[in-house]
Amino acid sequence: MNYEIIGVAVLWTFLYGYIIVSAIDFGAGFYNFYSKLTGDDSIISPIIKRYLNPVWEVTNVFFVFFFVGIVGFYPDTAYYYGTALLIPASIALILLAIRGSYYAFNSYNREPKLSWAFLYGATGLLIPASLSMALVISEGGYIIESADGVRLQLEELLFSTYGWSVVFLAVVIVLYVSSGFLTFYAARAKDSQALHLVRRWFLIWTLPMLFISQFVFLGLREHNREHFLRAQDYWYMFGLSLAAMGVAVYLIWRKRRFGLAFIMIMLQFAFAFYGYGISKLPYILYPYIDINTSVVNENMAFSLTVAFILGLLLLIPSLGMLLRLFLFDKDYVQGKGDNKY
Amino acid sequence: MEDVVLGRVLTASTLGFHIIFATIGVGIPIVFMVLEFLGVKKKDAAYLTMARRIAKGYTVTVAVGVVTGTIIGLQLSLIWPDFMRLGGQIIALPLFMETFAFFFEAIFLGIFLYTWDRFKNPWHHWLLNIPIVIGSSLSAVFITTVNSFMNTPAGFNMVDGELINVDPLAAMFNPSTWVRVFHVVVTAYTTAVFIIAAIGAFKLLRSKFEEDREYHKKGLKVMMVLGLVTASLTVLAGDLSAKFLHEHQPEKLAAMEWHFETEDNADLVLFGTIDEDTNEVSYALKIPSALSFLAGNSFDTEVTGLNDIPDDEQPPLIIHYFFDIMVFFGMYALMVSIIYFIAKFSKFDEHHPALLYAYVLTGPLTMASIEAGWFLAEMGRQPWILRGYMRVSEAVTQADGLGITLIAFVLLYAVLGVTTIYVLLQMFKNKSAAAERIEIYGEDYEGGRLQ
Repeated sequence: MNYEIIGVAVLWTFLYGYIIVSAIDFGAGFYNFYSKLTGDDSIISPIIKRYLNPVWEVTNVFFVFFFVGIVGFYPDTAYYYGTALLIPASIALILLAIRGSYYAFNSYNREPKLSWAFLYGATGLLIPASLSMALVISEGGYIIESADGVRLQLEELLFSTYGWSVVFLAVVIVLYVSSGFLTFYAARAKDSQALHLVRRWFLIWTLPMLFISQFVFLGLREHNREHFLRAQDYWYMFGLSLAAMGVAVYLIWRKRRFGLAFIMIMLQFAFAFYGYGISKLPYILYPYIDINTSVVNENMAFSLTVAFILGLLLLIPSLGMLLRLFLFDKDYVQGKGDNKY
Repeated sequence: MEDVVLGRVLTASTLGFHIIFATIGVGIPIVFMVLEFLGVKKKDAAYLTMARRIAKGYTVTVAVGVVTGTIIGLQLSLIWPDFMRLGGQIIALPLFMETFAFFFEAIFLGIFLYTWDRFKNPWHHWLLNIPIVIGSSLSAVFITTVNSFMNTPAGFNMVDGELINVDPLAAMFNPSTWVRVFHVVVTAYTTAVFIIAAIGAFKLLRSKFEEDREYHKKGLKVMMVLGLVTASLTVLAGDLSAKFLHEHQPEKLAAMEWHFETEDNADLVLFGTIDEDTNEVSYALKIPSALSFLAGNSFDTEVTGLNDIPDDEQPPLIIHYFFDIMVFFGMYALMVSIIYFIAKFSKFDEHHPALLYAYVLTGPLTMASIEAGWFLAEMGRQPWILRGYMRVSEAVTQADGLGITLIAFVLLYAVLGVTTIYVLLQMFKNKSAAAERIEIYGEDYEGGRLQ
């Protein structure tokens, strides 16, 4: 069996999942803080809280799953990325730790504190910015292996237009996806005030979304021409992505079928993300980690695949139950019979 | 400092901090599972309120456990990249499975916390405890298999530096797995139970809410029953560990016991100090032949001494002190739970202030015992990161910046630790358990769903 393909498909799918659920979570934290500043928090905070309370922990697991999985399927990643990213990854970890903890502290403290809400909101934009750097680095040119070992070319990274365009893309995705989700959630909660607010946020972020994704393409052409040319072979993926975005924006603009609109947003990113991923193959880190040569030994790959399938059989029904209770349950979403905790 | 020392201190800080929350994370679900069971079964709102309050506090510790667990998961690759590159080939399976166990627990914990009043039949809510207990305990099981693998590697052959015949299941179920899994899980239960017992006892000594006394006495009784069982199992686990080390890791047993000459009728050394130049032990309590007996159930058992271990493969002698702390504090908890029942079934008052002070100590001391146990386990594996195959000095990263990273993480843990304590204290400060019970369940709760 082609374990190198199975592995990369599984990991990419989880990374996609993480990008969607974490974008909702990161953006919600930012909007929560922003609305406290503008005084709209009484409208929007209850909705955000009702969604986030039961699912915040699940979001984090997607991330853990991804990096544990990648070290399992491609152990070389531990060596190259691990060595090169000691400082940047530590910064991202500290941000993640602050965010996760202060979210819980703030939700369960008797009186929420503005400074804690700030930590939660600000890290929501900084974390995607720092994590997206890992994708930038994977394009090659920033990690160099020489006789002294593996080194990160930090200066080149910090002065790279491609790098910064990806960072901005990550931040815009967060704001775009989460306002799209909150629009759907507010509509479901039949909360017209909140709906009015988040729908406007969403529409505001559509233009930067279009603009920055073009910029990233141009940056990739400069930085890794080979990858850029391969990406053009999959032009239809990016075309479908754009079409899905068009439908989503149209539906939300005309205030129709918000659920379908959010599915379109998810499809928009699915097409773009898999298009990007497929054209990136076979490299996980250009040119050092090639999935064909770096894949783990066959016995381990087989057992990881089996564990993955069994794990999914367990998780999918459980996740279904979670969504049914908190996302698709009308009474809960509308805040009827709010639990005392 | 040398990089390898910095790397070890950083890993030790992360694990030393994480293990507090991991132990609570594995153990506390058992506590609220039992309390909710009693509450539903006896239709007693006091137990249900107790389960709710503990679960609510637990959520905060879980959050810190989750983020510190994420940190250690990634830090392994950041600090020990060569180890993870090798380890990924052999032991990635349980690491991968742990994320599933954790995922499973996270989903059901989310449901559990927010559905107390959503089921018509209260037993349905109680059932949610089962996946939480299974998920959290399995997380501990999978992670412990990885640590066991580092102590007693199995499931592969190394030929001229090349890995062949990798067998992930044999690596996962290596010789030390069962003993260590039992030890880790049962001590986590014990520690969690005594932490709750200690809080109850503390509240009986110093609570501004007079109306809560019966509530805390009830809780204390349940915890002492659980504590007696789990602490007894802990003693069994310790005994199995000694026998296991004798068979498979004699250098660790020898270093933790300051045992130098290979001999039968070996003495068990408790406490004491050592002069590391002469290996002279002073002030120790020596129990003749007891080490031989513990290692092999017979005084004739020959126990390997450190003098038969090559100098550069000997664990540091300091681990004896950790051994003392671990055993003594663990035994203390068992003794206290026995004394509680002696007092209860004789004419003494089991809630006498002197006894309450003794109960209060069990919480911090069992946690200290967990910490000491992990320092013993990790330092006792030195100089190896993968015993017999890779030394820690060969595995440490070549990257610069370990020093500044260490400072940043230590600061982070200090801030998180202080805020956790602050939030937990605030959470229960102004509302008595009785007031909360009445607020949720009313004065005359008779079981079943709330209206």
